[in-house]
Amino acid sequence: MAERTYIEAITECLRQELRRDQRVFLLGEDIGGFGGAFKATKGLQEEFGPWRVIDMPLSETAILGSATGAALMGLRPVAEMQFADFVSCAYDHLVTVAAKQHFRVGDAIPIVVRLPSGGGFSGGPFHSQNPESTFAHIPGLKVVCPSTPVDAKGLLAAAIADPNPVLFFEHKHLYRSIREEVPEERYTIPLGQARIRRAGDDVTVVTWGAMTWTAAEAAVTLEAEGTSVEIIDLRTLQPWDREAVLTSVRKTSRLLVLHEDTRTAGFGAEIAATVAELAFEQLDAPIRRLAAPDTPVPFSPPLEKAFIPQADDVVRALQDLAAY
Amino acid sequence: MTVTAELTQEQLLRGYRTMRTIREFEERLHIEIANAQIPGFVHLYAGEEAVAAGVCASLADTDWVSSTHRGHGHAIAKGCDVKGMMAEIYGRATGLCKGKGGSMHIADFRVGMLGANGIVGGGPPLVCGVGLASKVRGDGTVGVAFLGDGASNQGTFLESLNLSAIWKLPVVFVVENNGYGEATGQAYHQSVADTAKRADGFGLPGITVDGNDFFAVAEAAAEAIARARDGHGPTLLECKTTRFFGHFEGDTQTYRDLSEVTEARASRDCLVSFRARVTRAGLIDAGVLDAMDAEIRQLIDESVVEALAAPFPDASQLTTDVYIKY
Repeated sequence: MAERTYIEAITECLRQELRRDQRVFLLGEDIGGFGGAFKATKGLQEEFGPWRVIDMPLSETAILGSATGAALMGLRPVAEMQFADFVSCAYDHLVTVAAKQHFRVGDAIPIVVRLPSGGGFSGGPFHSQNPESTFAHIPGLKVVCPSTPVDAKGLLAAAIADPNPVLFFEHKHLYRSIREEVPEERYTIPLGQARIRRAGDDVTVVTWGAMTWTAAEAAVTLEAEGTSVEIIDLRTLQPWDREAVLTSVRKTSRLLVLHEDTRTAGFGAEIAATVAELAFEQLDAPIRRLAAPDTPVPFSPPLEKAFIPQADDVVRALQDLAAY
Repeated sequence: MTVTAELTQEQLLRGYRTMRTIREFEERLHIEIANAQIPGFVHLYAGEEAVAAGVCASLADTDWVSSTHRGHGHAIAKGCDVKGMMAEIYGRATGLCKGKGGSMHIADFRVGMLGANGIVGGGPPLVCGVGLASKVRGDGTVGVAFLGDGASNQGTFLESLNLSAIWKLPVVFVVENNGYGEATGQAYHQSVADTAKRADGFGLPGITVDGNDFFAVAEAAAEAIARARDGHGPTLLECKTTRFFGHFEGDTQTYRDLSEVTEARASRDCLVSFRARVTRAGLIDAGVLDAMDAEIRQLIDESVVEALAAPFPDASQLTTDVYIKY
């Protein structure tokens, strides 16, 4: 074990995958000598050369289109969008071609798209979004949103090994803000398995990514007030671990769904609807959703703080649920 | 005939004022960012002033420009309020976008500024829309898309060249070739030295000029804009220039030898060459330029002081300007 930040765990995973599998290569804007906008690929071009860690001209379409083609030829591309927001420029190749290839032809497209996402830095409307729900809606894509260094490393290795196109959302706020002991050897964490981040009996919070930390902070307050909170870190949104969520809700009978993405048609709606369909009789309170309001991500710090759910907001929502 | 003879005294003074305002604005931001009071990411335009000023010298208030992530220069050259811009960059309620956009989203439709754009290559298709509207209405409006050499690799740019050429749209594409698409050198990211050559394949004129020379840019832009306005279609104007600062503030610039910048500041500074040329030719007195420099310095000082004193937007403003509020 060695202590790693979230971003160091990602870099370590990429290095190990590049070493063990000649089919794996990275491509993205400024990912070579510059090491990427966030430095996730720092030092990798030095070790693996310019054809395995490829600097791409500024064209997201060319990045994901050529990744798709190379994957069809048997390679394992891992593409970086400089910011998750920019993936909209390459939507067609991902959604029309990569996602549907297996269904229509029988050959899956084993690409991984790494997407630095999330707000909290005044990146403004085009550099702060959490577009995971958009892609969770597309059959054929897998969507992963790790919250810890251990998960980031193991889930990324699993994503690269997966035969399907996987979108791997890395929350920018977590890159350097959290560190923990991470196994040095390669390991994988299966896609589609949630993790109980904190065990509890009275209320369930289902969330992912950076919001797991916000939920954990709120749970401490609730604990002091005598309410025991269980936090389910979904880790993967597509496929998502319905059983883990249903098991927890059947135990606590109260559910809060929490996400940083906007509310309407966010993935929280899918979770709430599923629980209402399958565990309605076990619920003691209406399912509650806490998410960003339906606006673009604002630039100014006070507006952004109001946009992103804060621990106090989670505390209030949990208190309401517990008191229902 | 020299171009100085074709530019009016007023255009010359305006060109210098624009370039000096941009330079002061950007150099001041570079200092203020170190004071950590400016949120988010900022991309500075210093070094490239002659392009925005030279192009906008021939644009009317009713013409439109689209900008880039490096948009402060275009905004100032098109006439955006400098104090409103500064307040926006500081995230204040008095900013041009009420603090909702920041540096990369500054826009002001009242002066024909369609907006900075956080998506590389986002501007050219928008300007095709400007050109289309102008053609349909027959009102003589011209649209200019500023973009970088990096953005010239986006499909959106190439698609826009085609569209504007087949419809003879009244637009000009201005490629600010500073040699870098973010951190990647032009020699790596494209196989032509002159991005303007890309025009050949689409059937529109492509011209390359020294983007550090206000007069060269102004002359070429005047011709391209007149051509557009007269119904003869689009032009691709490439201006070779130098970015004095990094891609963004905080960029360590490990990808370039910083002597490039030292050398450009010493020998290719658009403000220095402009001053030398107009004073030597007796067109403008050095004292007039000195007075303008002092006036602009004061304007930038005031804009920072006023921005810092301005209120942040109230959290209730988050759900304004949207049509649903859940």
